[in-house]
Amino acid sequence: MKRNPPTEASLRPEPYTQRSTLRSRLTDHRTIGLQYLLLALIAVVIGTTLSLLMRIHLVWPDWPLPLHGPILPEDYLALVTIHGTVMLFFVLTTAPQSGFGNLILPAQIGARHMAFPLLNAASFWLTAVALVTLLSSTFVPGGSAISGWTAYPPLSAIAAAGPGQGLGMDLWLLSIALFAIASTMSSINTLVTIIRCRCEGMTWDRLPLTVWGWFTAALLSIIAFSVLLAALLLLFCDRHAGTSFFLPTGDLVNGVLHGAGSHNGSPLLWLHLFWFFGHPEVYIAILPGMGLTSMLLANFSHRRVFAYGTMITTTLAIGLLGILLWGHHMFVAGLNPFASSAFSISTMAIALPASAKVLSWLATTWRSRPQYTTAMLFSLGFVSLFVTGGLTGPILAQPILDEYLHNTFFVVAHFHLIMAMAGVFALFAATYYWFPLITAQSGKSSRFMSEPLGRLHFWLTLIGAYATFLPMHLTGLAGEPRHYAQLTGVPGPDGSLSPAGHLLANTLPLNRHITYAAIFLATSQILFFVNLARSFRRGKLSPENPWQATTLEWHPALHPNAPSEASDEQIVVHCAPCQYRSMLTGDLFRPQWIPEDTLGVTPTIKPE
Amino acid sequence: MPPTITPHTEHDKKHRVEDHDSGHGRRPPNDKRTGGGGDNDNWNDRPQGRRGPREKLSRFRLAVFFALSGDLMFFVAIVSAFFVSQTTGHYNAYNQYINEWLPTAIPPILWLNTAVLILSSISIEIARRHMFRENDVMDEWLGIGKPITRRAIPWVSTTIVLGLVFLIGQSIAWRQLAAQHVFFRSNPSSHFFYLITYTHAIHLFLGIGALVGTLIGLYASRQLETRQILVDSTAWYWHAMGLFWIFLFVLLAFFQ
Amino acid sequence: MTPIFQQAALLSPLPWGLPADASAHGSALDRHLLLNLWIALALLALAHLILLFGLLARGHTTQPSRLWRIEYLPLAALALLFATLTVKAERLWAAARYTGADPTALQVDATGMQFAWYFRYPGTDSTFGISRPQLVAPGEGNPLGIDPTDPHGADDLVTSELVLPSNRQVDLRLEAQDVIHGFSVPEMRLKQNAVPGQTIHLHFTPTTPGTYAILCTQLCGLGHYRMNASLRILPPDEFAEWLAAKQKTVQP
Repeated sequence: MKRNPPTEASLRPEPYTQRSTLRSRLTDHRTIGLQYLLLALIAVVIGTTLSLLMRIHLVWPDWPLPLHGPILPEDYLALVTIHGTVMLFFVLTTAPQSGFGNLILPAQIGARHMAFPLLNAASFWLTAVALVTLLSSTFVPGGSAISGWTAYPPLSAIAAAGPGQGLGMDLWLLSIALFAIASTMSSINTLVTIIRCRCEGMTWDRLPLTVWGWFTAALLSIIAFSVLLAALLLLFCDRHAGTSFFLPTGDLVNGVLHGAGSHNGSPLLWLHLFWFFGHPEVYIAILPGMGLTSMLLANFSHRRVFAYGTMITTTLAIGLLGILLWGHHMFVAGLNPFASSAFSISTMAIALPASAKVLSWLATTWRSRPQYTTAMLFSLGFVSLFVTGGLTGPILAQPILDEYLHNTFFVVAHFHLIMAMAGVFALFAATYYWFPLITAQSGKSSRFMSEPLGRLHFWLTLIGAYATFLPMHLTGLAGEPRHYAQLTGVPGPDGSLSPAGHLLANTLPLNRHITYAAIFLATSQILFFVNLARSFRRGKLSPENPWQATTLEWHPALHPNAPSEASDEQIVVHCAPCQYRSMLTGDLFRPQWIPEDTLGVTPTIKPE
Repeated sequence: MPPTITPHTEHDKKHRVEDHDSGHGRRPPNDKRTGGGGDNDNWNDRPQGRRGPREKLSRFRLAVFFALSGDLMFFVAIVSAFFVSQTTGHYNAYNQYINEWLPTAIPPILWLNTAVLILSSISIEIARRHMFRENDVMDEWLGIGKPITRRAIPWVSTTIVLGLVFLIGQSIAWRQLAAQHVFFRSNPSSHFFYLITYTHAIHLFLGIGALVGTLIGLYASRQLETRQILVDSTAWYWHAMGLFWIFLFVLLAFFQ
Repeated sequence: MTPIFQQAALLSPLPWGLPADASAHGSALDRHLLLNLWIALALLALAHLILLFGLLARGHTTQPSRLWRIEYLPLAALALLFATLTVKAERLWAAARYTGADPTALQVDATGMQFAWYFRYPGTDSTFGISRPQLVAPGEGNPLGIDPTDPHGADDLVTSELVLPSNRQVDLRLEAQDVIHGFSVPEMRLKQNAVPGQTIHLHFTPTTPGTYAILCTQLCGLGHYRMNASLRILPPDEFAEWLAAKQKTVQP
């Protein structure tokens, strides 16, 4: 076997750069993580505002937007498109994976930094450019695209098919293409860091479940975003290079015949390619949150995670199965009915690893008398919302039922409860939990977020979430379709309401409730921002391991506040995480870096 | 069966993982991932930065592997679109099923281009192997001359030249097709011919850029490890592009 | 009536429940849907009860440890439940979609375009005439582009309202001229996307006379929200009268 002599570079330990050059500051993973979180925060404010405008317009269609005038149908559809795109890509894919991933992942595996700091910085700035590109589409002639975040052709392929489908659609394509490249780069970084940069003793089965979530999500990202990039390229060629990948023969749009010649395309091809990406995308959004929930429930219940190995297996199983069930978005799209049946079976199958996770969460907290910190409350909220949103999944997975429920508000309720609310609850939990690590920097002490304010925020958000999205199941069952710019004033014969008009008007009372609840939900988030802003400067000071956590990010030497000598300290892991033991006299806990059981009893510290 | 999956004690853990004792009574096998010291120390368990001469290299290799898998999925998506398009027909006004796929005959120069690309893969592989030849690595690391770099540079340059020849050959192929009035937008099979060859050519062009960067790095970089990583990563990327091209070429030549 | 069916009847007059079902396959679908909804509600309540009880009950020093009882047994039960639901659902799906329409079904063509639905009846020769997109001229009364030189097209009847007889199977052909549209009749429990370049067949049997809503359920552009039409189900004799009267306007 060839034995290469050690090069002098590899004998030198990785230096922790104390001198903060611009390059080291820009490529520091904590800085990049915070930058991603700031970007996601801006994006979520924009996305929420857009959704409020949508809800207000549905219920009060004549209300004019200040500085703009009445919301026209194309404006409404542009709101829908940008809302979906911003929330799904720039909030739910960036914040859990790249935001908290960059901030916490290296510390949780005992690494000092990510594997490729320069690549990391590049992927952030590319994401920022992508967001700016997307938002700039609002200001170009024609406005933003109106084809939704799913951009089905031929609507998205032909500029004449609607306002905003010209330059606005091109900017949408560019923005998402840049995002796809940035996301792939970031995922490569995450994967190499997890595989190669773990510290001594951090074997695969001692990895925290959060890291398993990041790992699986990164694997999914690599596979899914490339397919999206290919689809975007094909759509771009259809729009500008005269090809017909998605355009069928003889497509007549707005009086102009496209493809009179030998166009042979199929819009269904886009659906396949897009949803091959689109379904793993939602698992990318939720997997880190599921891992975090397991860890936080264990932490605050002072228990081990129930069935840790099964949790690892189910994370990977959800990732693998998630690639195989994209067709459930296409049951009534023109698919072969046999294919629909096949996708239905694989979709029902994924309910099992998800249920296993829920059972583990329930068992971990069972009769544990947990400590109800805000982070714990949000984790419990995650469990509740995940169960509620997830249980409508198997209903939608059956094609005969999807035939009634497809593209109604029932689907909207399902994915909002599980992505928008459960996913966001995981982000809130992460923020409250890791705030001491976010605020700690060399020279600055680590602080808590305000617990009373946090608890109020939790309850108002939970109530708001259920109040907003539960009634949507009912309006969906009544038949209310998605993407409708108006529910009133739908003309019928002789000026009276048509049957369709009646159906839509019948949903208005509930829709009014939903809008009020949505305004309530959005307003409650102000508490979060106030809490954030105040706690940065005036939050209560936090000790080193305030939550009595066992995972490595709370190691004193890895703390952002650690003295510079700590950078030479060797990090060694001795046991699996969540080694808690409850005894009559108190709680014992053993962080991963402690070589033997801590003697003596540690009283439970209450933060407030 | 233990009641929980998570083991209780550190001793259990140690016993299972590091024992290497399969009970047959012979000497436990050495962990081949060590420096061969025989005392079962796994270099991966050492702190970062002290894991041996291949630490940074293995990181970059892994990154290249993941990037290439993403790229593979990109081409897989295009190829599946190819097959779907090939078999998609439509009903015309007379209710007749029409499939207007007219295969695009590949210009014969593509065979030459393929041979050139295979040669370029050979040349970059020779360069890559030079970078790791042990005795010369030792000399170069000690600062006694630069035997590795000296040997690798001409092969990297050869690869750049061959890559450029390939790209020129591709553009000749495009021009030959255009002379026969087969353009990008002519018909579905020509969409794919041009799309596939364009995207591959762009990837190859980026590869040539990486090779040029490697050449500059071979002259300018002061660390042997960096030079090794540059050549190694670029070589694997180049091989992957060659392999992708072989599949794409077979697709275009025989599966239209 | 089974309790579940009673629930369906309870829901329908309410403004936010399932609209009344008016098709032959609808009642089986409704039963299955309500079964699923009740099961989901029950599991939801159970999960939350376990969660709340686990949080509120007096503390236990040792955590639960029986993997089989807590994880695998419930998982097996859930797997059985989901498998049963899937089998039932697939049976219903197969009945609706795996086979084509009865040869004696009434043939109607529904074409979606930005932003209206047009329906075409094949006329007395029971054959649809040839249509070309080049001949589409809504302003001249030919929104579907029926070729005037084709004799089969001379008796084709184009309407903007879909009228069907009750208790006769209908073979609906779905087409789209420009972008993907979604043909949906909630009260018939029907939904299928109309994809340009494809002709998709759907078959169903309306049972209850009345006027029902046809909605577009795939985002198709500006006027997506007002791309509705009416489905009118008439008793068979009235339908025959209607059709004959309409046929006279096309072929006097």
